Amino acid sequence: MEVIKFGKFAALVVAFGVVVGCSSKGGDAAGTGAVDPNAGYDSSTSSSAGAGSVSSEEAALRAITTFYFEFDSSELKPEAMRALDVHSKDLKAQGNRVVLEGHTDERGTREYNMALGERRAAAVQRYLVLQGVSPAQLELVSYGEEKAAVTGTGEEAWAQNRRVELRK
Amino acid sequence: MKTMKYWLTCAAMLLLAQFALAQDAIEITRGSDRATPIAVVPFGWQGGAPLAEDLAEITGNNLRNSGMFTPFDRANMLSHPTRAEEIFPRDWKMLGVEYVLAGEVTSTGAGYQAQYHLYNVAREQVLLSRTVSGSESQLRDMAHKISDEVFEHITGIKGAFSTKLLYVAAERFSADNTRYTLQRSDYDGARAVTLLQSREPILTPSYAPDGQRIAYVSFESRRPEIFVHYIQTGRRERITSFEGLNGAPAWSPDGKRLAFVLSRDGNPEIYVMDLASKQMRRVTNHYGIDTEPAWLDDNTLVFTSDRGGRPQIYKQGLNNGNTERLTFVGNYNANAKLSVDGRTMVMVHRQDGYRNFHIATQDLERGNLKVLTETSLDESPTVAPNGTMLIYATRQQGRGVLMLVSTNGRARSEIPTKFTDLRVPSWSPYLP
Repeated sequence: MEVIKFGKFAALVVAFGVVVGCSSKGGDAAGTGAVDPNAGYDSSTSSSAGAGSVSSEEAALRAITTFYFEFDSSELKPEAMRALDVHSKDLKAQGNRVVLEGHTDERGTREYNMALGERRAAAVQRYLVLQGVSPAQLELVSYGEEKAAVTGTGEEAWAQNRRVELRK
Repeated sequence: MKTMKYWLTCAAMLLLAQFALAQDAIEITRGSDRATPIAVVPFGWQGGAPLAEDLAEITGNNLRNSGMFTPFDRANMLSHPTRAEEIFPRDWKMLGVEYVLAGEVTSTGAGYQAQYHLYNVAREQVLLSRTVSGSESQLRDMAHKISDEVFEHITGIKGAFSTKLLYVAAERFSADNTRYTLQRSDYDGARAVTLLQSREPILTPSYAPDGQRIAYVSFESRRPEIFVHYIQTGRRERITSFEGLNGAPAWSPDGKRLAFVLSRDGNPEIYVMDLASKQMRRVTNHYGIDTEPAWLDDNTLVFTSDRGGRPQIYKQGLNNGNTERLTFVGNYNANAKLSVDGRTMVMVHRQDGYRNFHIATQDLERGNLKVLTETSLDESPTVAPNGTMLIYATRQQGRGVLMLVSTNGRARSEIPTKFTDLRVPSWSPYLP
């Protein structure tokens, strides 16, 4: 699973590479389409002289709405923080409400995992509030281990299930 | 002096735990006493079409599930008596059978009646001759009643085969489309009936001591809420719907109060609500996770807390507020349930240095711990009202299954189901 996760991250890095590469050569931000077509559209319309690389990186980060955690941990990873920085900017600008769904893997008891899932959602909430987002914009729901992203037992599935999802 | 004794006991327990680990797992899970051999002879039936249920088979399975009996294989029986005078002791002595249960079913027009005889082979004596009756749909109830009476007559322990089981079945059609249903079945999984259906998770069903009400958590509004559901009428009452967690409902022994978990004050804490007045009070006060309350008696809760760094079981008086840690062996002890006599605690347990979660029992007076299961992601134990059996959830080939195991560790079987994924079993009390 570490492999898959690394794979995902690598794909993202490659996507950035493509975007940054294109932009630096004066191309448009079409490369972001690989991550999220809408984000690509946004960046290409909003980008003007020289802002292309920044906003397309932003678009890629904006497309990240699932944040993963280590086993038995509610500590945010650096890549999650970078994405949350973009989300906090949007939330402050738009004032909309989002739901932070906390999830765990299947190990441990279900009700204890409910509490762990909430701890993870609360860690994301705390980070966003520190960036200036109003707590009133953030609803927390923990599903514990009840809504696995991936079924199956083993490190691979577990790593993809330990997550917080930001939902509009 | 007292402290020294305490540490010596702890050290001894650790040594014992090490010793238990070193043993073959099968040694741990098998009791030392022999199960009593009993022949449950196929019941006589003179009607044309075969009966819808095989009363002798159901009874034999019940007795086996207790871990205290070994039903004799009917293929090896020398005779199939149905009346007391047809039981010949020599036929059974040579087979090593200690008891014979034989009977006959007759039609009463409206339904059926079963007359049965329990025979002690060594004493060559009929111990019990009784009749049970019921409608066609009650044939299984008749078998459970016979099982209860025979079990109690031989062991002196009240039978718990006429009890019911709650559990949740999940049928996952895709990542965002799962059907959750709350099921109520016989204790052995037969005759499952759907009580509630939802597209969102249903969790932690729990039988009230009166056997009439159940409590559970439902995410039907896309947030957790605690409900009390009346089985007979299907009427539902929403008990809590606070911001944050609403979870782990547990009935007090007197059935008047519900303990549960809320995180509305910032982190998970245990509360107790008086159901008549809806008055609620907070029981725990700690920045760690406090969850999974269970009642030791009407004035004492046990619960899971990670206040010591890892999840362990604690006990707290409702009147004096004193908190005491109960588990010291293992790096994960959670979801405690108590036997009705309050002497044994059953819980999810993980040994230090091991990855697997098992079900273990802990004697609350002597403190010794016994690992009961050998599967790997074991959780949600629930104990029969007579303490002889427990059912827990585990995973097999990626699907949730319920396992029934006798507390002496000798009998184990999977609860049969038509669903792909089962979880969170709750055993009913004795039912009227």
